[in-house]
This record gives sequence, structure tokens and C-alpha cells, in this order.
Amino acid sequence: MKLLEFDQLSVAFDTEAGTVRAVQDVSFDVAAGEVLGVVGESGCGKSVSALALMGLLPRPAARIAGSAIRFGGRSLLDLPADELRQLRGNEIAMIFQEPMSALNPVLSIGEQLCEPLIAHRRLTPRAAWAQAEALIARVGIARPAEIARAFPHQLSGGMLQRVMIAMAISCAPRLLIADEPTTALDVTIQAQILELLRELRREQQMAMLLITHDLGVIAELADRVAVMYAGRVVEQGPVRELFRNPRHPYTRGLLASRPVPGRRLARLAAIPGQVPDPLSLPPGCAFAARCPERRTDCEQRRPALRRLDADHRVACFAAEGVSA
Amino acid sequence: MSDYLIEARGLSKHFPIRDGLFGRSTGQVRAVDGVDLAIRPGTIFGLVGESGSGKTTVGRTLLGLQPKSAGEIRFRGRDLATLSKPELRALRPRLQLVFQDPYGSLNPRIPVGEAIGEALLEHGLSSRDELRERVLEVMAVCGLAPYHYGRYPHEFSGGQRQRVGIARALALQPDFIVADEPVSALDVSIQAQIINLFAELRERHGTTILFISHDLAVVEHLCDDIAVMYLGKIVETGPRDALFGQPRHPYTRALFSAVPVADPDARRERIVLQGEPPSPAAPPSGCRFHTRCPQASDRCRDEEPTMRPLDGTHRVACHFA
Repeated sequence: MKLLEFDQLSVAFDTEAGTVRAVQDVSFDVAAGEVLGVVGESGCGKSVSALALMGLLPRPAARIAGSAIRFGGRSLLDLPADELRQLRGNEIAMIFQEPMSALNPVLSIGEQLCEPLIAHRRLTPRAAWAQAEALIARVGIARPAEIARAFPHQLSGGMLQRVMIAMAISCAPRLLIADEPTTALDVTIQAQILELLRELRREQQMAMLLITHDLGVIAELADRVAVMYAGRVVEQGPVRELFRNPRHPYTRGLLASRPVPGRRLARLAAIPGQVPDPLSLPPGCAFAARCPERRTDCEQRRPALRRLDADHRVACFAAEGVSA
Repeated sequence: MSDYLIEARGLSKHFPIRDGLFGRSTGQVRAVDGVDLAIRPGTIFGLVGESGSGKTTVGRTLLGLQPKSAGEIRFRGRDLATLSKPELRALRPRLQLVFQDPYGSLNPRIPVGEAIGEALLEHGLSSRDELRERVLEVMAVCGLAPYHYGRYPHEFSGGQRQRVGIARALALQPDFIVADEPVSALDVSIQAQIINLFAELRERHGTTILFISHDLAVVEHLCDDIAVMYLGKIVETGPRDALFGQPRHPYTRALFSAVPVADPDARRERIVLQGEPPSPAAPPSGCRFHTRCPQASDRCRDEEPTMRPLDGTHRVACHFA
């Protein structure tokens, strides 16, 4: 059984300017201990999907439609609030791009780490504090006793992200959602955090939903990848297959638009144009207007996500070889 | 005449740390501390480093947007400190800055065509009659269409706004542009468009660019010469191929090895540095990198390494490299 399943999830926001379809018919799954990378550019719906899973979308502004998000076989969308709260923190934890905004500025690091330990694991305050220091040490911070008494503003971005990870793993979750976990960090600090996530995953058999715009981070950490564009999954497959044999023109474009170290090209293969306005998405394939392999009716008809082989799916007429 | 368009010798910028209540100076952040660099005309010079390394301050000080604390800046061989006020004013439009966040640098109430043309009028570089023509020309170079002229900044996407920012700098036909993280705020597919635009400016117009970035893959792709900064100092500099082919400073090596490669089968020989960069307000003694350097010895703690040449213009500041 899959640990996490998204089944045809759709999320729409009603705004003054109209309805924004942020996520449409998104289906993917994560097996226990597996890392699924979700990659895409701003506005593609990758973060909204994760927030829907955590029950953190503002209601009623966000309308969630579609079948279900299932975690360990249970449907999260119709779970009572208190049960969802139990699940969050205990079995599902999340880390964000900006750790500073997720921490309370007036509580010490130790106090914030103790909170879930007392709430979810019913530890005594004294035991929780000892555990908090152990967690701080576990995520590679020197002088844990001192850091436990420090406040968020006294720590650097890299340290704060370690603290967030410590908090996330404090209840040994089965799933960690990491939303752009290293995007705000310097590259040498990013390398440390990626190393830490890799270790934790190995040690704790923790599954991960890794959301990022950075294909390099995906290649480092993910087992499987879902590529999102304008609210939909356009391609999905095992990481090696996706990098070796990308089938959707958007995935190819994304891979080609980053410079490759050591390979000297005169020009990067930029994807022309830009992402369509989420308020007026075209009826057909949302990538058609920028697509080098566009066929006559791509803008009118939308390709479904179809299986190519084993675990590789793509939503593109050209890739299917179906004449349009 | 110098071989370089712009040169800095011993460039330093120190910011006072002020006491909260009385504003007394209680110390100094040596954001830039004795930097030498020389940029050849018609090339793109990459300045890389992590946050707090001083790379942005170097760019702003070179343009005179911030007074320097010490050192010398030469433009076409002439020391800027010796120029008269009218000479400096004439020089101003020749040196331009492109920001990371194009939105923050555009007035939301001025159509972009006018924003691009404004400086041309200000410096008397165009008459009102030919202004529109000139602006449309430079917009075309930057990939903007004539119908964009009368639109307002909020009607543009991030990538287009960055094109407007570049068009505005370019309108003055500058000899030198400092581009400070110009693609960092953009999505990957749009980044490539802007990176290509910088390459075209160099090739078609011979523009000289100081490209400040933390993105090593982009710098390797785009830049001719590169300098790596750590805590206010350049630790290694040289032509791209020398630097990326044979990085010699332990920091450069660690930095390059830390970049995630978009290839799941890439062989990773990663040097993961321990700890974090110290504060520039209290840099370590001796070599500033010694607290994180895997090869540090006693000598590194006591004695600051000087820049020494390796081959050609490849230079490194390390006792052991």
C-alpha cells in the first residue's frame, strides 16, 4: 500500500479577478521510505498541493475538489480537525523555505522543540528538554545546550533550517514535506542540509515529498519525480528515467535551460515566452504556446497523463506518438 | 592606455557598527577589505561568493554609489579620484547598474517606455523628438515589443521586468554594467532568456559587465574571468577555464563541489565544509578561511596569505595552494 496518495486533487481560489485554478487533477503517490520530488516553476501548484495535504489552505478562499488525499489509507480531506492535528506533527511534518517565518520569535529554540514532544509524545518538560538538546545535536549543531536557550534571531539561516528539521523529525514522522528546503541558503550550507536530509532518510526510513524548482536538488535526493506546469502534472517517472529520457517538451526545456558544468555552449536553450495567466488558462495543453513540438490542435485539446512504460507517465500528444 | 576598462587596487569598504543609543561607532564591518580586480573591455567578469562575502559592496563601490574607505578605482586608466565634478557627471551614464529585483527599481506609475527614456533626457543624450525611436531600439535589443512602451510595470512578468531594467541601463549606451544577481529572482526557464541576453550584449555591443552571482553554473557558462570572494577578500581569481578546470584555493574547491548537479548518476566528490562563515565584523586572524578549511595549519591562523600568481592571470591567496 502507498503511504501517500493524491487522487485527482484540484484546488481553486476565488479572487476578485476571477477563479485561479492552482491545482488541477493532480495524482501522485509516495511509498513508505521513498522520496518523491515535485519540480516546477513559481505558480505551478507544487506548494499548494503540499498545503492541501497538511490542511493548511485558507478556507473558504480555497476550494478543494476531487476525490481524495489518502495517508496510510485514510482520507485526509474529510478527517475531523483534531485528528488531522494529531496526524500533523506526529506522522507528517513539514519544513519551509523561510525557517525564520515558521518559528516563534519570542520563544527559545528549546521551548519550541519541546512543544510537540509534550503535546504529541506526552513527555515531561524535563525529559522533553533533554530530548530537544539531543535533537539539536542530531541535526549537526555544535553546543546544543547553548543553542537550546537561544532565540531564532540569534541564529543564521542554515542553523534555523537545521532547527526546523530537528522539530520536524522530533516525533519520527513517516512523511516529511520539504518545500524548497535549501532555496534560501548559501551553496555550502545547502550541501550540508542535503547531506543531513539524506542521512535522516536512511536512518529513519522516512518518506519525503520534496518540493523544489531546482533540478540539481531533485537529482541529489529524489527516487521519483513529478514535473508540474500550470497546475498539472505533465510528466512523472523514476529519477534516472526522467533525467535520461525526458519525454515532455517542458521537462526537456527545463533540463536544457540550465547550464551544465563543463559543457560550454554559446547559448542556453531558453524556453520562449512565459507561463500562461492562471486566470485564463487555455482549453488545451497549457504549455502549447511555448512548445517546440506543438501540433495543430494542442491548444484546443488537452492531453491526459498517460503511461508510457512501467512507471513513466507523460501528458503530451507528441510524446505519445499519437497523431493529433 | 590600460588593457583594462576598469581596475580596482586595494579597494576597501568599511561600515561603522553604531551603538544604538548615541550612535557612537563601536567597531567596523570590513565588508570589502583590499580587493584588486581588473576587467578587460568587452568581457563579462564574474564575481562569486556567498552571503556576506562583500560581492554586492564591491559592485556598488566600483560605481561610486557608495564612497570607498580606501583604495583606487581606475576607469580607462584614469583614477576616478582625480576627476573634476563635471568629468564625473559626464562619466555617470557610462556606468550602469542592473538590480536583482527589477520591480523595486521601477516606478509603478510611469509607463516603462518613459522609464527607459527618462535618463536619456536627464543626461541630454537624446532630444524629445528622437526619444521614442531610441527607446524602441533599445527595447528591441532586450526582446521587448513596441506595444510594451506604454504599459506599466505591474503588467509585466518577472522576466519582462528584468528586460526593462536591462533596457533602462542599456539606453545610455554604457561602457560598463554592474549586474547584481540579475537572474536570481527569476524562474529557471526565464533565467536562460536573460542569460542569453547578457551574452548577446557582450558579443554584439561589446558591453563590459561585472556579473555578481552566487550561481556558479551560470557564472561558468557566461563569464570570461572570475573572482571568488570570502569574507571581504578575493581568495582566487583567473580566467574561467583555469578557475573551473583547476581550482586551487580550498574554498573555491569546496564551493564548486557543493553545487548540486542535475544528473542522478553524476559522480559526487563533495567537500562538505564544516560550520558557517564567521561574521565580517569579527573576521578570523590570519587566513580568514582557516576556521573552516580542511587543510588549515598553524601558519594559516597567524599569517594572512597574499595573492600570488600561478600561471597567466590565475592568482590565489593560500599558503598551500
